[in-house]
Amino acid sequence: MKAERPSGGERQMVPSGKPRSYYGLPIVKRPAWTWEVPWYLFTGGTAGGLAAVSILARWTGEAKLGRRARRLALAGAVISPVLLISDLGRPERFLNMLRVFRPTSPMSLGSWTLAGFGSSLGAAEMADIVGLPNVVVGTLEGTAGILGPILANYTAVLLGDTANPIWRGGRTILPFVFSGSSMAAAGASLCVAGPTDEGVAARRMVVLGTIIEQASFLLMEQRLGPLAEPYHDGAAGRLVKLHRASSLAGATLISTLGGRSRKAAILGGALTLAGSAALRQCVYRAGFQSAADPRYLVDSQRGAATDPGDGNGSVT
Amino acid sequence: MTAAPTARRPAVSLPMWQGGGTRMGFFTDSSICIGCKACEVACKEWNGVPDIDTGFTGNSYDNTSSVGANSWRHVAFVERQRPDTGDGVQWLMNSDVCKHCTRAACLDVCPTGAIFRSEFGTVVVQDDICNGCGYCVVACPFGVLERREAPDGRAFKCTLCYDRLQVGDEPACAKACPTQSIQFGPLEELRERAEKRLEEVKQEPRYAGARLYGDSKDDGVGGFGAFFLLLDDPEVYGLPPKPVYRRTDLALLWGAASVAASVLTLGVLGSLSWRRR
Repeated sequence: MKAERPSGGERQMVPSGKPRSYYGLPIVKRPAWTWEVPWYLFTGGTAGGLAAVSILARWTGEAKLGRRARRLALAGAVISPVLLISDLGRPERFLNMLRVFRPTSPMSLGSWTLAGFGSSLGAAEMADIVGLPNVVVGTLEGTAGILGPILANYTAVLLGDTANPIWRGGRTILPFVFSGSSMAAAGASLCVAGPTDEGVAARRMVVLGTIIEQASFLLMEQRLGPLAEPYHDGAAGRLVKLHRASSLAGATLISTLGGRSRKAAILGGALTLAGSAALRQCVYRAGFQSAADPRYLVDSQRGAATDPGDGNGSVT
Repeated sequence: MTAAPTARRPAVSLPMWQGGGTRMGFFTDSSICIGCKACEVACKEWNGVPDIDTGFTGNSYDNTSSVGANSWRHVAFVERQRPDTGDGVQWLMNSDVCKHCTRAACLDVCPTGAIFRSEFGTVVVQDDICNGCGYCVVACPFGVLERREAPDGRAFKCTLCYDRLQVGDEPACAKACPTQSIQFGPLEELRERAEKRLEEVKQEPRYAGARLYGDSKDDGVGGFGAFFLLLDDPEVYGLPPKPVYRRTDLALLWGAASVAASVLTLGVLGSLSWRRR
């Protein structure tokens, strides 16, 4: 039952000087979530980006692209709740998520967002199939289009509003990482699904999204300082490398050959999607590594200036 | 009202407790803990907390390792050289428990409303509502909350013996503690008592580092409902040195997320409309 010491373990268990941990045991618990959660971060994020494409393409007069985006978003909106419900300890109680509306809980707001997102997308699809007026379809698409970018982002708030050192430390930048990644993945799925000659906008999304994602990730690592260590070590470190290689290769391929070769568009799109999925996996994994070593938590709290608190002692 | 004779006294007015009851809590005085683990056992017995095979850790006399779903009290054992003289052994023992924070992260993030604030100011999980989403597990700054894997992964933690409090009794751990290291009572009264006790303990030169942990309303979580007298830094006992949870941080987080969401929307719009020119 000795705690794992990913950093090597050169410190003694109970040193004679001033020990900075209790037998190296974790202080905060590691996440209790299962494999579905990082995949949901990916499917929800991609669907959110696609829903924005859906309504905006309607506005800019690209009906075909918009419809394709909406159908892909709908697929994500169907898979996402299945993943989330499967992660629950008591899946049959998933409706308890909608038992209360709780502004202090990002998961509560997220559940409501996902519920509204999925229903409006599904309703838009049905309205389109039965041939309801464009204004009805557009309104429903527009609702999903507004909720989509929130869906792509709230998960970053959810991770940031925890006691986990690496998630908490990067919490103001993580939404930008997720936003960029969602944009790239939305574009990439359109590159894979649609004909090459219609994909200029999709290719731009891949390139722009990848730039935002990569730049904000670097900024987040820099802000985290020593707390960023899990992004370089172990499973999370390997996933970061995979994420970077895959995303950058995908964006490069899409931007160079993606407009001419259908095969390049498909391969580039697949690489970008894999990179976006790997990003969610590495952020998720890093949370486990960050919780496992109490040094991260203690250093982040000891290193910071004396916490002022808000002094009012108000209760929650 | 045996051990809580002052429960009716309006020791502290906290209008946000529904019903305006007195906030009850624990003062755990580690300086007189003898490491008997009667608190761990009494808690398990009363609350029906399942047995777990902890194995042998080799960490002094501690095979429980941490507070969690299946150990609502946890006695920490620090066995080390005496820091003042450098020879001989010093024992530090402390019975850890849920802190029943003034600003409770678990309560705020719970999406089902399963976690609530009781009329005693304590924080309690309703196991018939919890669906095992696991958010409180990562939100708790102390690593108290945990999913109980068998049978179904719902979250469990100390209720401060809500059932016993409702009939005017004291929590099982406090009742079982043979040295009164675990004291139960109105929080404000416990804080006063702890101040006096700290003065006494500090008379002893080797305990000059003694301090109260979680007694201040100005700390990162607005003060603990269950606070401690420790003889060394909190991290020595496996406790976070400066736990923080603030609801106001959410404004910052949602602010960042709103900007990021706008970046996503504008990026998509730009990619689409740039083509039109």
